[in-house]
Amino acid sequence: MSQQLLRDSPGPAADAAGAPDPGREKAGDPAAGAVQTSAPAAVGLEPAAHPAVARLARTARALLKSPGLVLAVLVIAVVILWAVIPGAFTHWPPDTGVPSARLKPPSAEHWFGTDSLGRDLFSRVVHGSATSLAATAVAVAVGLVAGSLLGLLAGFLRGWVDDAIMRVMDVLLAIPSLLLSLALITVLGFGTVNIAIAVGIASVANFARIMRAESLRVGSAVYVEAARSSGVRWHGILLRHVLPNAAGPVLALSALEFGMAVLSISSLSFLGFGAPPPAAEWGSLVAGGRDYLVAAWWLVTLPGLVIAAVVLATNRISHAFQDPERNRT
Amino acid sequence: MIRYVGRRLLQGAFVLWAAYTVSFLILYLLPGDAVSIMASGDEQNAVDPALVAKLRSEYGLDRPLHEQYVIALFKALQLDFGVSIKNGVAATQAVGEVLPETIKLAAAGFALAVLLGSALAIAASFSRNRWVRQLVAALPPLGIAVPTFWIGLLLLQFFSFRLRLFPALGNDGAQSLVLPALTLAIPTSAVIAQLLTRSLHQTLGEPYIEQIRAKGASDALIHFGHALRNAAIPTLTMLGILVGNLLAGAVVSETVFSRTGIGRLTVTAVNSRDIPVVQTLVVLAAAIFVITSLVVDLIYPLVDPRINTAARATA
Amino acid sequence: MTAAPVQDGPPTGAAEPLLKVEGLRVSYLVDGAAREAVHGVSFEINAGEVVAIVGESGSGKTTTAHAIINLLPGNARTESGSVVFAGADLSRLTRKEWQGVRGKDIGLIPQDPTASLDPLQKVGPQVAEALTIHRLQPKKAARRDAVRLLAESGIHDAESRARQYPHQFSGGMRQRVLIATALAARPRLVIADEPTSALDVTVQRQILDNIAALTAERGTAVLLITHDLGVAADRADRIIVMRRGEIVEQGPAPEVLGSPRHAYTRQLIAAAPGLSPKRLRPVVAAVAGPATGAPAGSGPAARPLVEAQNLRKVFHLPRTANGPRTLTAVNDVSLEILRGETLALVGESGSGKSTVARLLLRLDKPTGGSVTFDGEDLTAARGERLRQLRRRFQVVFQSPYASLDPRFTVADSVAEPLRAFGEGTPSERRARVAALLDAVHLPADYGRRHPAELSGGQRQRVAIARALALRPELVVLDEAVSALDVSVQAQILALLAELQAQDGLSYLFISHDLAVVQQISDRVAVMRGGELLEAGATESVLERPEHGYTQELISAVPGRRKLQV
Repeated sequence: MSQQLLRDSPGPAADAAGAPDPGREKAGDPAAGAVQTSAPAAVGLEPAAHPAVARLARTARALLKSPGLVLAVLVIAVVILWAVIPGAFTHWPPDTGVPSARLKPPSAEHWFGTDSLGRDLFSRVVHGSATSLAATAVAVAVGLVAGSLLGLLAGFLRGWVDDAIMRVMDVLLAIPSLLLSLALITVLGFGTVNIAIAVGIASVANFARIMRAESLRVGSAVYVEAARSSGVRWHGILLRHVLPNAAGPVLALSALEFGMAVLSISSLSFLGFGAPPPAAEWGSLVAGGRDYLVAAWWLVTLPGLVIAAVVLATNRISHAFQDPERNRT
Repeated sequence: MIRYVGRRLLQGAFVLWAAYTVSFLILYLLPGDAVSIMASGDEQNAVDPALVAKLRSEYGLDRPLHEQYVIALFKALQLDFGVSIKNGVAATQAVGEVLPETIKLAAAGFALAVLLGSALAIAASFSRNRWVRQLVAALPPLGIAVPTFWIGLLLLQFFSFRLRLFPALGNDGAQSLVLPALTLAIPTSAVIAQLLTRSLHQTLGEPYIEQIRAKGASDALIHFGHALRNAAIPTLTMLGILVGNLLAGAVVSETVFSRTGIGRLTVTAVNSRDIPVVQTLVVLAAAIFVITSLVVDLIYPLVDPRINTAARATA
Repeated sequence: MTAAPVQDGPPTGAAEPLLKVEGLRVSYLVDGAAREAVHGVSFEINAGEVVAIVGESGSGKTTTAHAIINLLPGNARTESGSVVFAGADLSRLTRKEWQGVRGKDIGLIPQDPTASLDPLQKVGPQVAEALTIHRLQPKKAARRDAVRLLAESGIHDAESRARQYPHQFSGGMRQRVLIATALAARPRLVIADEPTSALDVTVQRQILDNIAALTAERGTAVLLITHDLGVAADRADRIIVMRRGEIVEQGPAPEVLGSPRHAYTRQLIAAAPGLSPKRLRPVVAAVAGPATGAPAGSGPAARPLVEAQNLRKVFHLPRTANGPRTLTAVNDVSLEILRGETLALVGESGSGKSTVARLLLRLDKPTGGSVTFDGEDLTAARGERLRQLRRRFQVVFQSPYASLDPRFTVADSVAEPLRAFGEGTPSERRARVAALLDAVHLPADYGRRHPAELSGGQRQRVAIARALALRPELVVLDEAVSALDVSVQAQILALLAELQAQDGLSYLFISHDLAVVQQISDRVAVMRGGELLEAGATESVLERPEHGYTQELISAVPGRRKLQV
């Protein structure tokens, strides 16, 4: 599904940030009463712990209060470990099967069962994660680097540069990303790396949009205005204000795009454009089970569950990046 | 109003032109050219270099770049996107033949998605039971995270093979439409539900809702009389992208259920590197996006009076 | 609001009070822990009486009001206490029963009129809804009534205005619509929650007059929530002063204002600019010139620090069919700022005062006219030359929340201008930051804090310290105190006066609040609709305004009525 649908549209947020509204300020009255312990007298001398320590403690407490987030981080950590040291998780070889153990259902011995050649499915999923994750990382990197640069250029230079870049991005957004990836694959050719690049290019427009919106938001913030009027040069504003403050939402999008890229890459490899067999990738594993839907339900179901769990986890992490950002501004 | 529509049409034409140009640049100008890509597409038979040269001049690929582009664009304006390499029919004809099947599928999928999505969003916001609310709110993220092809395969496994309720493949009748449409609808409905839930939540926090509550309005009046209409607006603006995504979903759904349609045509065209057909499909997708956006723009003033006056002012 | 007789002490009649709040406690759930925001508040409102709750932010006044009408936010809860309305205990009502009370017995006039009407529904039906919900009128009759109610609220041509959408109304007009809505079902009590804090002063007066007239006519009691003691002084029969969730003092308005018993009330009265005008700086003799806008120079050496001539700024709006639209935000404005003086630029929203400030700061380029800073043409300056000039004029913005980068520590923010100009070694900069924090009366260890850990007033002190870092000659204060509570506002104003006396700074003080202006400025310039109406020495402008609009502004300052008594 399309990435840009999953976020708040950045436009109105950028507008809202620009205009301080004295009327709304007072709406914070009850909450302020509850949160602020300091006296309305301007200078309260409450002895506080070192702020960095306090922040760390707050983060830790917030983390403990959302078990979903902890679980999500755990899922991602395990999957990354699968990719790095698959041998630590399974002793079955991924590519050689035991003919006598064909199409065995999940058991203590074969957690995910075995396929038509008697290969251990869990082992194939674990060993396949390196390919899947590397492709995903390439895709996100392509989108993040190219998109952020374009968005930053558009948002910081404005004027005709902005117009030109964003018109092209609009066109890219007009074509569904899966279709755009497919068109690119037609040219680039098949294979995991090409899939990854194609998926990355298809996500450039999303990154460009967010980065542009963020640099516009931060660029028109009062504190940037104040910096400008106290003589800070443009590169100082870019490096010290715009980039750090835009980083949160862009990171959130990266996490979201990571999940989306996992989906896109597995879809493309399901459609048969990925690595040729016997190389295993999550999407192609599901595709491999298609012919045994009646006889071996686990061949499709379990690798699919792994994909869903990874995407769910990255979306949850993305959410965590997003929320504090929104609350703070 | 007429000037407003005229301007939107012009913008739409620009997007179409740009989509054509971008796809031309990608497909015809990037590594190698169309003929060599097509020639390499079929690995079994090595293609005679003389034939390649002949094809190149036939396609006009030996001419300078801008000439190729102008000629191609001029042809495209007459809806001529070249000839399918696979079976020699015009690319537009190849697409046109299977388009109705996909429209049927997409329409059914979309209707289902809107129904499911809005029902979820309303249930999540309206229910006073905390457990129901949390359960319902957990569904959309799940629907977004699962791969579409996997949903299709699971439905196939359960409803076709286990329960034998629906046919597993083909395009025969309404029966065969149910599972592919459901496959298409689940992720889309999850997106709709998520968008609508979020914007309902935001709307319910607006001061005017509190004001309506202060008049003594019931929850039902607040939801159905005020909040839902306001909350639908951001979702409406996403309609163009949602419909475009149905097309992408059709690629997967039609492949899983072996249905004829432009989704499966896309896969075969990419497989045989049938560039004219791929380009036709890309431009078609852009056209669908443009048309949907235009329709949304025309509906918009009916829903949001703030836009109405702005549009009238510009007209 | 003098319709109801002012009552001394408890009601003498046998009549029950209309509203009786007793031991009300409300707490918010913050980070999983309950924090009490209202600690056992008790008061009464008699039928037809106007009672004002006055307090600064965090006093719990709005929470109290919302608890009465049971519209607390989701994370808030009434812990204990009782609210008895017309003999009925409201705390026992069910959800359904509450729907019958809200709007029918107790009305609410909200804080922010611009966001309090459904943007998708016509105004007439929104007013009528208050009647149809309670089945007081059938739909058709309710629509007719709505038109009548709108007309009573002072909306001209109500018949056709009722068929318009909220966005076609100005802020003040929307508040009139909301007043009509709140009073539609003839409730016996109306809660007006900061009904004018989002509006201009001249509109504020009209709106408060409107509420007073309509409620007096119907004998409706009013609970007026306000941060402005001046508004309470003008409008209320009785005043309740709240601080940090507690009532510190309550009683008849003349008593509370005339002989306040509690120190905090005295502090509030002292801080309220409208109630106790006082000069924070001595009148500078040299600048008390004729009221022509250009003060008489006290000799040839006194070249003005800033000289703006015929400033004009035109903004381009999105184009329409009738061709490109423009907005002339500033038109032919000329002014001067002398060394060491404070020039106040006064106007309501949309007057162009902030645009003038931005032009003087060279944050925007004027469409026409020129700005000269100490003899140098600012309009022509660009690049590095402009940047070097910038160190000589600095700015403090209105919002203490938006003007500091949330990621910077206080010390980073204050040191930013120093770093931009490469001033001093890191250790010298640290010393300078410490000195600046000291100058704005912030403890040195606040340098390590982030803006989120500071209160609004503290943040504004940081912004002032940052503005002073480069030892500028001019500081532009763009509504720099208007977002602050009165007592904090008074402290910041005192700080500004102190710093000016120390360093001989010039201030351009942009404000909508004449009462504040009176305290701090040497000269005043009044703007409306992009044009400069009049300018002159503060006293002469405020005491003998030449322009009708200036008179209107002066008479709209809340608290003046009671002063004249």
